[in-house]
Amino acid sequence: MEYDSSKLMREFAPQIEKTSKSWYLVFATLLAFFLFGIFGLYTQITKGHVVTGMRDNVVWGVYIVNFIFFMGMSYAGALISGILYLFKSSWRGPVIRMAELITIISLFIGPVFILFCIGRLDRLYYLILFPRIQSPITWDVIAISTDLIGCIIFLYLSFIEDFAKLRDYKELQLPKWRKRLYKYLALGYQETPWQYKIISHTKNIMAAMVIAIAIIVYSVLAWIFGVTLQPGWHSTIFGPYFVIAAVYSGTGMLIVVMWIFRKVYKLEEYITEKHFVNVGVLLLILAAFFGYFTFSDYLTKWYGSIKMDKVLIDKLFTSEYYYMFIASNYLGVLVPIIVVGIKKFRTITNITIAGLITVVSLWFNRYLIVVPTLETPYFPIQDVRSEWLSYSVTWVEMSLILAGISVFCMLFMLASKFVPIISISEMEKHTGETRGLMRD
Amino acid sequence: MAKNEKSKNISRRNFLGTGFLLGAGAITAGGVVLAAGNAIPEISGKKIKLLTQDGKIIEVDETAVLDAEQNLSEKEIRDGIPGRKFVMVVDLSKCKNVRKCISKCQEKHGLQPDQEFMKVLLMQDDKNSAPYWFPKPCYHCDQPACVKVCPVDATYKRHDGIVLIDNERCVGCKFCVAGCPYSARIFHWKEVELPIELANRKYSSETSVPAKKGTVSKCDFCPDQSRQGKLPHCVTACPMGVIYFGDMNEDTVTNGDETIRFTDIIRDRAGYRYLADLGTAPLVYYLPPVNRQFPFESGLESVTDEVKERYKNTEYMKSKKE
Ligand code: SF4
Ligand code: SF4
Repeated sequence: MEYDSSKLMREFAPQIEKTSKSWYLVFATLLAFFLFGIFGLYTQITKGHVVTGMRDNVVWGVYIVNFIFFMGMSYAGALISGILYLFKSSWRGPVIRMAELITIISLFIGPVFILFCIGRLDRLYYLILFPRIQSPITWDVIAISTDLIGCIIFLYLSFIEDFAKLRDYKELQLPKWRKRLYKYLALGYQETPWQYKIISHTKNIMAAMVIAIAIIVYSVLAWIFGVTLQPGWHSTIFGPYFVIAAVYSGTGMLIVVMWIFRKVYKLEEYITEKHFVNVGVLLLILAAFFGYFTFSDYLTKWYGSIKMDKVLIDKLFTSEYYYMFIASNYLGVLVPIIVVGIKKFRTITNITIAGLITVVSLWFNRYLIVVPTLETPYFPIQDVRSEWLSYSVTWVEMSLILAGISVFCMLFMLASKFVPIISISEMEKHTGETRGLMRD
Repeated sequence: MAKNEKSKNISRRNFLGTGFLLGAGAITAGGVVLAAGNAIPEISGKKIKLLTQDGKIIEVDETAVLDAEQNLSEKEIRDGIPGRKFVMVVDLSKCKNVRKCISKCQEKHGLQPDQEFMKVLLMQDDKNSAPYWFPKPCYHCDQPACVKVCPVDATYKRHDGIVLIDNERCVGCKFCVAGCPYSARIFHWKEVELPIELANRKYSSETSVPAKKGTVSKCDFCPDQSRQGKLPHCVTACPMGVIYFGDMNEDTVTNGDETIRFTDIIRDRAGYRYLADLGTAPLVYYLPPVNRQFPFESGLESVTDEVKERYKNTEYMKSKKE
């Protein structure tokens, strides 16, 4: 299929120009969740962390789980868009912008969750004032801020061409300030060959860098657990395991996002079954890798059965966490493999469901990494209070999780009003590339 | 145990005379306390001996050293008491879960009943081995997992071996709590309630008082006591004399009643460190629960039902029920 930019602009301008009633309705609902979260946060700040389910043994709860989860998705976006871009996959056009948005939005949300977990937010700047380089948290501060800057540059570069198109599209019905904003953001890009060359070069370099940085960020995150001596965490495999899990969850998310936008903005012409299958195949490969890492991590722990590892494994395999373990580590691996692997199941709806299952089960996978270990210290927990023995989520934590999810959605909705949800310049280039191919 | 008897011969007075007052002497070396110009409150009339910088033993009024810790500089606190290497020895054969160490520690550190720097656990290594009572403070590890991970240097290892927390620096990330393999640390989940006299104290890492919401605390080996030539609260509170405290450099430990050579007792009684294979090099040694002075069950007699409830998940309690 061939696309030229004026047709595409005509197609995508309404998405930006007009906002439907239901859009506002959804947005308002999400906003309500968000405000509820703010109330939860206010409660937590005034009353202290007692209002959470965390106690002296389980000092980290769902906040850390969410932190890892959102960081993971952001990583996936970066990696997918980086790889698709670097390898010039011919089908990247319609999905690359969504992957990019996943990256940037979750990269803003993730670190906020770790802040909820910190006891003295008023002293946060101590992390920069008195940094100790031995601490994995300091590595994290450095890695995440580098990642944030790197990703913002990479994404901005990939937006410039579209900003220029929006600026040049005369029929665009938007208030003056918006048009001026596009003009400003386009940085005078005129698609001269020289400009084009520079921007593609920089983008190539940044794509490679973003992939590298993202691997580092996610490994550092894993090492926060890996460097401790706690049963279940003290594992050499955690770095790569977390990296794979991150890309995996992000790919699942990409599929879900593709499905939603395809429905909402009627993009059936652009996002076809082929795209779902292609991303689905990626999901299948990652599922296999993820399953393999999970298997070898637990196999070695179970086979060796060091005392504390055994206690932990028993909780996961046979008692308290039995169902959660099945949901996250069996279903989360097998469903995508079966759905995408067997041709007859390979429909858009099925692949989307598989994607959704991936996202949810990966969240639980992180929960199973963080919480049971903290409930299984070397010394027995001898306490009467049940909340001291095991962790359960409170309404405050719940409200903040919901707030996080709704901010994720809200930012997506806002972004879709600001840039075309499908990268117009990428679509055009894709046409150009295929034309070039045909001529050869 | 002939060796044991012999070590008892080093009398307690002797130990305190040469040893612990050195600590106080060191304060004079630091030039902090004994200045007559310092507004000394009421003269109590009670004299104590101190070793001065040039080696003379002098007598001063007790009140002159009381507020020692309040006048220490940040650097002195972080460096620790010069020339010291503190060590604790816990004799498991004598513990019968009286829990006086816990309550005294809680009182002195302004802790709530549910906050314990010192814990007494019911331990049983496997179901065929004998249960025993196990007092557990912070181990003040020489390779502390908690210090390694602190991002802001709020928890630190001193030259005298003690691991302390500066709760004016702590950001409350709880990484140290998650990192400590011995569950030694507690977090202040809510506004800290303190008796007025503790609440009004100037904060010092050496006393851990007053604690602050959103930061961590743990057993501090009471360095404020050591600076005054006194033993940690748990040591003096224990009626069984289970806990010995002392100095590795001097090779002596005392429980207040008897003073013994550290190396001798560790050798003769097969002293060990719990979970030392984790490589954290704890400074707390245990003497195994052999030749016990009390039957294990006596540890359950004097305690409240609430305390008994805590042990309900142990093999021992479960087997007793059957
Ligand atoms: S016992 Fe835990 S808190 Fe104490 S020094 Fe060792 S690692 Fe740190
Ligand atoms: S909770 Fe405080 S003492 Fe512990 S690692 Fe964090 S900043 Fe350091």
